[in-house]
Amino acid sequence: MGLAKRIIPCLDVDKGRVVKGVNFVGIRDAGNPVEVAKRYNDQGADEITFLDITASHEDRGTTVEMVEEIAGQVFIPLTVGGGIRNCDNIRTMLNAGADKVSINTAAVTNPEFVREAAERFGSQCIVVAIDAKKVSGEGEPDRWEIFTHGGRKPTGLDAVEWAIKMVELGAGELLLTSMDRDGTKNGFDLGVTRAISDAVAVPVIASGGVGELQHLVDGIQQGHADAVLAASIFHFGTYSIPEAKKFMADQGIEMRL
Amino acid sequence: MDKGPARPDVVIIDYGMGNLHSAHKALEKVAAGQKTVGISSDPEVIRQAERVILPGVGAIRDCMAEMHATGLVPIIRESLANKPFLGICVGFQALMQSSEENGGIDCLGHFPGQVKFFGDNLQDQEGQRLKVPHMGWSQVSPVMTDHPVWKDLPAGERFYFVHSYYVEGQKEDQLLASCDYGPVRMHAALAEDNVAAVQFHPEKSAQAGLKLLENFLNWKP
Repeated sequence: MGLAKRIIPCLDVDKGRVVKGVNFVGIRDAGNPVEVAKRYNDQGADEITFLDITASHEDRGTTVEMVEEIAGQVFIPLTVGGGIRNCDNIRTMLNAGADKVSINTAAVTNPEFVREAAERFGSQCIVVAIDAKKVSGEGEPDRWEIFTHGGRKPTGLDAVEWAIKMVELGAGELLLTSMDRDGTKNGFDLGVTRAISDAVAVPVIASGGVGELQHLVDGIQQGHADAVLAASIFHFGTYSIPEAKKFMADQGIEMRL
Repeated sequence: MDKGPARPDVVIIDYGMGNLHSAHKALEKVAAGQKTVGISSDPEVIRQAERVILPGVGAIRDCMAEMHATGLVPIIRESLANKPFLGICVGFQALMQSSEENGGIDCLGHFPGQVKFFGDNLQDQEGQRLKVPHMGWSQVSPVMTDHPVWKDLPAGERFYFVHSYYVEGQKEDQLLASCDYGPVRMHAALAEDNVAAVQFHPEKSAQAGLKLLENFLNWKP
């Protein structure tokens, strides 16, 4: 016995509400972030991720207040992402009570920011979010690239090479989302999950596509992920955290029950 | 940043390293109005406190440098000698003699022993690579099972860890609890007299962590 695999419910928050879209369109309301976070904490979630997907800068002040409120009630690790572009943004979120921040677009536009952030705040609180999409065709060797802007903008960067580079720069953890799968409920892209997880020494969180509990098991057992992230299966009551943990434990995965 | 009342009963020592908000919130919750909790870098506030917490995140070099630069080492040593004291994570590692991190750093030397790197190629018994940092919920085995800080916490309880370096103490009779990560048996917690220290983050370890903090607040060494 040793380290448990983690289940991380994710709150995508837009203008102060938890939402969930299918491939980032068709957004559905899933409640107040503080109440939702508290519910997952009480159910035994291992961590919580809060992604601010609010488009406008003006509405971001709400996020800081919500993170403060969540941090006062939730005594498990809290990761905050969305709009983290400089060290001031990181300091603001850590002071509000976040334990880790997730850097996405800013890592692509300025990779040195990851190094600066890791040196200033420590790798343990720097998560780099990687949004990958499969670009290889039928019959070609598998290849995934990094996309930004919710999966719309290709960067030409190879996802596995990018992951290795991010870890070299100081990322303490990677949050890997398959943009092909996000919102589809067809399961993780196990190929890219495994390729990246096997290529780096730091923990990898698999994200994007969970529709049933077997997908969580596959992410760990076949994708070699250290943690699995899901949103809608938990938000809309399809499954509870304890049900998911029991299902995974029954298939031989070490969990915190 | 000073936070809380002017003369708190419990002081989280702020020497400029990292995130004290979580520890503050968790301690306020378990103190439940019975004790006041504050964050301070003022030696006099720390001196007046009934008990203190030494937190720490990030690299040990920066932690030790900040501790010296803020002039807090003397009051930390004084507190180690005379009141209930809890070190957390790098605040635990700082109590050892030295750390391998950052090319070798001298620490406070309160406990004999070293802080060591897990290594780049850590593997479990089946040859599977283990990720470093050791991040997540691991089972902890209490050794001093009747220690007041471990009261009502069952053997094998899980706590939240995040670290790449681990403590290897030298005196078995200071071992409060151990934790295995692959082939490494680390000292998850040490205790002697009025000082206890833990590698994991009780403030992030859900009910088990809150219980440990509550036990610390009630500890009368």
